[in-house]
Amino acid sequence: MQTNWNNNHFLHLDKPLLLGLFLLSGLGLVVLYSAANQNTDLIIRQMIHLAIGFGLMIALAQIRVQALIPWVPWVYLGGILLLVLVLLIGETRNGSQRWLFGFQPSEIMKFAVPMMVTWYLAEKPLPPSYGRLFLAAIMIVIPLLLIAKQPDLGTALLIASSGLFVLLLAGISWYFVFGVITLLGLSAYPIWHSVLHDYQKGRILTLFDPERDPLGAGYHIIQSKTAIGSGGFDGKGWLNGTQSILEFLPERKTDFIFAVYSEELGLVGVLVLLGIYFFILSRGMYIALQAQDSFGRLLAGSLILTFFVYIFVNMAMVSGLLPVVGVPLPLISYGGTSLVTLMAGFGFIMAVHTHRRFLSER
Amino acid sequence: MLSTHVIKNPTREGKIFNNRVIIAWLMMLVFLLVIVARLFFLQVINYEEYKTKSNENRITILPIPPTRGLIFDRNGVLIAENRASYSLELIPEQVENIDFTIQKISKFITIEESDLSNFQKKLKQRRSFQSVPLRYRLTDDEVARFSVQKHRFQGVELKNHLSRYYPLGAIGVHAIGYVGRISKKDEKLMEESNEIDKSNYEGSKYIGKAGLEAYYEIELHGKTGIRKVETDVRGKFVQVLDRTDSVPGKNLYLNIDIDLQKYIEELLGEERAAVVAIEPESGNVLALVSMPNYDPNLFVNGIDHKSYNSLNLSPDRPLINRAIRGQYPPGSTVKAFVGLAGLEYGVRTPHKRTWCPGFYRLKGKKHRYRDWKRGGHGSMDLHGAIEQSCDVYFYELAHDLGIDRLHSFMTRFGFGKKTGIDIPGEKGGLMPSREWKQRRHGVVWYPGETVITGIGQGFMLATPLQMAVATATLSNRGQLKQPRIVFAIDDVILNEMATVTPTQKNTIILKRGNYWEHVIGGMKAVVHGRRGTARRVAKNSPYRFAGKTGTAQVRGIPQGQRYDPNNIPKEHRDHAWFVAFAPLDRARIAVSVIVENGGGGSKTAAPIAKAVLDYYLLKRSPLVLANNDRSQ
Repeated sequence: MQTNWNNNHFLHLDKPLLLGLFLLSGLGLVVLYSAANQNTDLIIRQMIHLAIGFGLMIALAQIRVQALIPWVPWVYLGGILLLVLVLLIGETRNGSQRWLFGFQPSEIMKFAVPMMVTWYLAEKPLPPSYGRLFLAAIMIVIPLLLIAKQPDLGTALLIASSGLFVLLLAGISWYFVFGVITLLGLSAYPIWHSVLHDYQKGRILTLFDPERDPLGAGYHIIQSKTAIGSGGFDGKGWLNGTQSILEFLPERKTDFIFAVYSEELGLVGVLVLLGIYFFILSRGMYIALQAQDSFGRLLAGSLILTFFVYIFVNMAMVSGLLPVVGVPLPLISYGGTSLVTLMAGFGFIMAVHTHRRFLSER
Repeated sequence: MLSTHVIKNPTREGKIFNNRVIIAWLMMLVFLLVIVARLFFLQVINYEEYKTKSNENRITILPIPPTRGLIFDRNGVLIAENRASYSLELIPEQVENIDFTIQKISKFITIEESDLSNFQKKLKQRRSFQSVPLRYRLTDDEVARFSVQKHRFQGVELKNHLSRYYPLGAIGVHAIGYVGRISKKDEKLMEESNEIDKSNYEGSKYIGKAGLEAYYEIELHGKTGIRKVETDVRGKFVQVLDRTDSVPGKNLYLNIDIDLQKYIEELLGEERAAVVAIEPESGNVLALVSMPNYDPNLFVNGIDHKSYNSLNLSPDRPLINRAIRGQYPPGSTVKAFVGLAGLEYGVRTPHKRTWCPGFYRLKGKKHRYRDWKRGGHGSMDLHGAIEQSCDVYFYELAHDLGIDRLHSFMTRFGFGKKTGIDIPGEKGGLMPSREWKQRRHGVVWYPGETVITGIGQGFMLATPLQMAVATATLSNRGQLKQPRIVFAIDDVILNEMATVTPTQKNTIILKRGNYWEHVIGGMKAVVHGRRGTARRVAKNSPYRFAGKTGTAQVRGIPQGQRYDPNNIPKEHRDHAWFVAFAPLDRARIAVSVIVENGGGGSKTAAPIAKAVLDYYLLKRSPLVLANNDRSQ
């Protein structure tokens, strides 16, 4: 019944979303080929990552998300345990302690946190009471602190937003939202002085004035802005980005690949890319709107909004609007971990859509 | 799922959720538009700024140093050229173990301690992927040996560049000068200079340090070309984007006859001496000799300490250009000019006689100004006084003229002023005056000082160049030409030869033209006369010439004592002067000779001057440069 080609899905996969993801990952490989100085080995490896990602997505799409509900608290608690273990015995690479036996437990939390919050809130009528809200907030804050301690600001930010989107979509009052924002604004001062690491402060300060440290922290931003700006309206052409080919641009295969893209394909290319993203995001939100129960809609909604946070934070950081936090550009940046996690997210979203039960089927 | 909770209201929840999703969708749209606006700001509004930055990143401008102009003598003999020179350089990024590699290289190429320390110093200053020189000036042997082993050394290369070379070595060094590596001091001078553009020296290794090489630096250097090169973030070469060729320096053709120059330098041998030969009608310098000389090639790539010290600390002071910087009392060589002043101011007539008892005394003073001839010359007219170099005649004449007239007349011949020759560092000598003495010593002028000025002693000083110019002016009957070493500047690109026209600096017009002949007649008698002080040198001369001996006292002789050259150390002996020109009418050469501590002018300096005249007038046919094929 689900393999009806006239319908928008087959094999529990959502066709419009699948099309968007294919377009995106194809474009990603094209840019990566240039960013990696035409290194085919790297392209093959990224294709393997994509295959694993799409495979996982297809697998997860087969499961009705509501069937996961009993597992949610256990996955969440297991994730917290692993995060604690990371801080105790995890491997340290590039100055942060993120790895446990070769993988990052924080990736699990990218689903575990929104699912946990969704599970907890969807159980009872919405909008949630303040008491439940408080407990939900704690569910977000605990992994957030554990991950920020590693430190991994980018992931912490993504996880926090995925949890907060659940709260927002669950219908908490706007007064409360603005109240919290005001409170956070006021707490910026103590956070600045006691919580943030020096390198994190440096990144923020450098954002406002990259020339403060042109060879150090500011170097990334200066070179990245130069790459984007010098691309102009129609770009320098594929494989012709001098900032990237001549290696002035750091991290050009991973977090800063958007600068390579903008340099070579210009504003026109950027609009095309944003168009594809916009299509995927809109489709994701449409799926959330179509969901039949609170758990499905909150999960799909928060996952698609988190996907948007990836896009916005990465582009804003590469173009110098936000401090440099390690957030990759979804499906474009080189790397397996974030890709697989993201594709898993799309598996859940698709499952929300393709396992709906229609009245006629009952 | 169908069991409904009491307060759960799916419709309301769905409504709130839909509401929130639409708001979130709108917010998302706004944020995406923020990104678009940001990209529009970077890529469209500030496009030019970032494009420039990106180009600055990738484009390195590499200078192409121009080839320095060559220097030829008046007959087209090559004096200064550029030769390929090999240096051994390392690119540290490509060498696995620098110390070990150097150790291996040193097995067949000599690497001294100083090379190593220079290498270490440069290693710290270089940019990445820039090669660092380990040894300069490899011998042909070393180049051959290394070429065979080259494959064993990754990141070590032989670099070929042009190095200044003076094929004649020390010959003419004081005129030609030399180039050397550009120093910090040179860079500072360039920054302050209005004439030299420092950016034109980006790729240049050498700059003229002395002589013509320094004076004609702008002409010789040429214009640096530019190679725009794309480089990666480590400075590694990617491709050439644009190229503007360099413009080679202009070639110089000299008035100097290098064979004459060489002849004179060999003639002087071990003496500390200077000789300047000028073509009077043009001011062209035929030879400018200062001895001892030294090999300019030593300085080109940086002279080592030992060689420099041996030159700099030598008591013979070979680095001093005596021809233009040596200031000596002119001694009796001034007598012809003082005699001319006597005629011009009407203080003497050619035939008016002075009695020479062997000394001169100012009225009311006891001090005796001695004549070089103890018994005196007896009755002397101008002719005889010049011929025999009678001191008393000129003591009295100087006294009668007074220092003011003497000063103003001598100045017209260029005494006390720089001649303006085209090499740097010239000194102006000294023609004393009342005003000068007051200013310099704060004391009034004494009449006795006028007396000794009459025989070129006392305060008066002149360089050999000044003496040659004054003698040439005398032979020209008053036409003072500025001395010039360079005859023409050849622009090899435009194929244009610009000749340096002689400059008339001054024309001395006397009340009566035949005054010149009286004085020149006296000078002719110096060599051809029966009693001439230098009569021995003109024996059997096939041509006639004019000359004047001179002796510059190095040490005063106390009253009542006698000068005995054999009894005092050489460095206290008098300097020997001789000035001459030939032929008598329309002279083709005027020459001045000084031999330091050479004793009397007639004995030491005059034979040298005569040899110079002989060589030039008899062995060298008078060549007209313009007819020469300059491609020689």
